Amino acid sequence: MIEQSETHSSEDMVRLEDAHKIYQMGTEQVNALAGVTVSFKRGSFWAIMGPSGSGKSTMMNILGCLDRLSKGRYFLEGDDVSTLNDNSLSELRLRRLGFIFQSFNLIQQLSVQRNIELPLYYLGWEADKSAKRAKELAEQVGLESRLNHKPTELSGGQMQRVAIARALANDPNIIFADEPTGNLDSTTGEQILQMLIDLNRLGKTIIMVTHEPYIAKHAQYQLHMKDGLIDRIDGGGDETK
Amino acid sequence: MRQSRFVRNIWLGIENLLLHKLRSFLTMLGVVFGVGSVVAMLSVGEGASKEALEQIRKLGSNNIIITSVKSADDEAASTTHSHMSIYGLTYEDQLRVEETFNTIRETAPVKLIRKEARLGERSMELRVVGTTPQWFDLVQRPIIAGRVLNEADNQEQSPVAVLTEFGARKILATKNTIGQSLRIGGDYFEIVGIIKSESGEAGNIQIPDQQVDVYISLQLAKKYFGDVFYKQTSGTRTLEMVELHQIIVQVDDTDHVESTAAGLEKMLSKFHKKKDYIVSVPLALLRQAEATKRTFNIVLGSIAGISLLVGGIGIMNIMLASVTERTREIGIRRAIGAQRKQIITQFLIETVVLSTIGGLVGVGIGVLIPVLITAVSGMPTVITLTSILLPLIISAGIGILFGLYPAARAAKVDPIIALRHE
Repeated sequence: MIEQSETHSSEDMVRLEDAHKIYQMGTEQVNALAGVTVSFKRGSFWAIMGPSGSGKSTMMNILGCLDRLSKGRYFLEGDDVSTLNDNSLSELRLRRLGFIFQSFNLIQQLSVQRNIELPLYYLGWEADKSAKRAKELAEQVGLESRLNHKPTELSGGQMQRVAIARALANDPNIIFADEPTGNLDSTTGEQILQMLIDLNRLGKTIIMVTHEPYIAKHAQYQLHMKDGLIDRIDGGGDETK
Repeated sequence: MRQSRFVRNIWLGIENLLLHKLRSFLTMLGVVFGVGSVVAMLSVGEGASKEALEQIRKLGSNNIIITSVKSADDEAASTTHSHMSIYGLTYEDQLRVEETFNTIRETAPVKLIRKEARLGERSMELRVVGTTPQWFDLVQRPIIAGRVLNEADNQEQSPVAVLTEFGARKILATKNTIGQSLRIGGDYFEIVGIIKSESGEAGNIQIPDQQVDVYISLQLAKKYFGDVFYKQTSGTRTLEMVELHQIIVQVDDTDHVESTAAGLEKMLSKFHKKKDYIVSVPLALLRQAEATKRTFNIVLGSIAGISLLVGGIGIMNIMLASVTERTREIGIRRAIGAQRKQIITQFLIETVVLSTIGGLVGVGIGVLIPVLITAVSGMPTVITLTSILLPLIISAGIGILFGLYPAARAAKVDPIIALRHE
């Protein structure tokens, strides 16, 4: 505990300590994360890069509380979440985390409004309150006229904006973006990136996986993964805020 | 708050099912027919048992009816030789029966003679029932006018008669009913009462009364008509001597009916050389009817059960396919923070909504079928609240039972893999 307080800073949004993730692939063991220790400060904007198989997706899953470490510890806003069970992790995702995916991951059968409302539904919000909040969020991403449309009727950029609105519904302090521009053309991709930059300015911590350097360079830090370990961390010098 | 959330969950389930209208409809069909057949089966079974009970009620469930019959060898003899056959129950039998068994509450002796009855110009053949006032206790029928025979009539041998409603309509027509003088055979009887008869015109060996009955006191019947009858069978006249045609016995308790009947059989066999009587027990008929109904219910119940099972499996099959199809949706919901139990609830609600709506439609069809059966075949059917509620509850239960496995499968979906699923 004493050791923890030495290394732990209240400014850390997320901290991994000696994080290991081992997958059993047949008879072989794969070290997707081979002992990573890193801290992401509150309000920072990170781009995680690296070739496929470097462990960046695994790191994302761990940080996003979708997966658990084989060994090591994970602190989210100072709370040790490494040993939480499935229900508690779900609860954590619901209340404190926001997600944006490469393939948007909207539910095709539901309207834009219903998609944005999804976290609020699981949070147990009442229908009218939840509808009001969905409208506000849609306005924030410029889609207030599309509330009753189905995702299939929207362009890629619009779908990603719906996903951003949904990620903001529970007002999280941290947003995980897994290649958010990967399925978009560069112009639209830049628009989405700009939205993330704006959210970061509003104080949200943003952790983004990308393999496009021109996207990554807009982040405050570029973390390069290699073989389940951190290869290097760039940036941090130019505080643009 | 919790209530409204529950209702909201159900609406979300319905919305989801409406996204695939044809599929949901086809999935439902199995339950629709399963529940429909259960409802129809229950109402047919209920109708049959109600009819049987009605029959027993007419006979009197505590009654035992002993009927005189010509024994088989006597029957053969009388066709070859023309002699008088003497058979059947005797006056003594009745006294013995009444005195021997302490489980017997009352007995009514019955002497039956077919006689022409005449009133003015109208005439018809009636079945004269010579009996005691006890008859009216044992074969209870509503009195339409006047009174039934009483003890005084029996002792004083007053020439009074009680007609059935059917006979009264035929023979009395529009004239004033009570107080008329009716000629039966060669004697006049004053009509003192009219009662309803529950049997048909032809009657039934099990049912003691007939529509064409006229009731007079036994003493009078004995005095006026005697014990010897001419019987006309295919041209040859035979003489028969029968003291009593029937003895109706009422037992004090339903539990004693069968033992008393056995006792009667044993006692009568001691005094009768030939088996010229039949002891019939309406209660045994009831038991038989119930046994038949049980068999009927088991057979139809298994058929209905199998069709419900098939319906349930159909639902499970489609829900499993739906879980696979919606893997990505489940992954999204889980990533956003839905717990496993919430995914289970979502899928379970969908199956239960599906099977319950199927159940409701099935009840609609199941109510129509018995109505049609009654209209077409005249078979009685009874739709009870139970026969509607029970299949509805079962159909909801089927939704839960067959929805659990697909829902559990849905909850096991790993969000990481599901989100990669294209």
